[in-house]
Amino acid sequence: MIRRLFPHPWLSLTLVVTWMLLVNKVALGSLVFAAILATLVPLLTASYWPKQTRLKSPVRLAAYILLVIGDIVRANIAVAQIILFYRKDRIRSAWITVPIELTSPEAVAMLSGTITLTPGTLVADMSGCGRVLLIHCLHAPDPDAVRDEIKTRYEARLKRIFA
Amino acid sequence: MEPAFEIVVTALLVIAGTFGLIGSFGLLRLTDAMQRLHAPTKATTVGVGAALIASVIDLYLYRSELTWQELLVAVFLFITAPITALFLAKIHLHQTVPRDLLPPTGTGRDWATFDQTANGPTPELPKD
Repeated sequence: MIRRLFPHPWLSLTLVVTWMLLVNKVALGSLVFAAILATLVPLLTASYWPKQTRLKSPVRLAAYILLVIGDIVRANIAVAQIILFYRKDRIRSAWITVPIELTSPEAVAMLSGTITLTPGTLVADMSGCGRVLLIHCLHAPDPDAVRDEIKTRYEARLKRIFA
Repeated sequence: MEPAFEIVVTALLVIAGTFGLIGSFGLLRLTDAMQRLHAPTKATTVGVGAALIASVIDLYLYRSELTWQELLVAVFLFITAPITALFLAKIHLHQTVPRDLLPPTGTGRDWATFDQTANGPTPELPKD
């Protein structure tokens, strides 16, 4: 019964939190409305979420988000340095391909978002079968090192977060 | 009105402005369209983030309002920035980049932007 009413419990929880943040105050009325939204929206959009993506470990997800925020700050400083101090002909841009082992769309989307937001890398495309990412590096003297960092630092963690 | 907090808020605003400026300057300075995409997707996220933290501290200290809406702005920004970048990159690949400039996929299917089979049957999602 609970399962049928809330087919996507994490989506429902996210909706409640988002609504409370939007309203920006703690009041019973808005909590009731948030609960209504959290019930209706997942039911109405159920056809867009064909498969259940299981979140294995919410704690690890929170740790991952903190790690990514730290990396975003690093990325900004690194990119700012390249923009300000590198001569144009010293910027060595490169395309790299990263084969991915993640399969759930949510996990792949999260990995792509992470790559785009972190040090000098940008997801530009994906192979037709969805198993390889095409990534553009702003400045990568050693493309293999970038690929290894993505696989060990982000993908390995995401594999442990999403079932 | 603690001067220490005023300094923190001011520093955050200066950081925000600096990164916003560097991001826009990057658009001018970098030469290739793909390189240019890097500047606004990154250099501005810290800029906006710093401005939002400054806003939270300022509202809390001077108007005694604890607001969390800034968190929501940051979340939406982090969700939408990579998607915008991906769409711009794909359009750029589609319109101006010759296929042979890109590395091969190594899977038998081409990159989604160039993949001819995608127009036929629905591309299968990876199975788990």
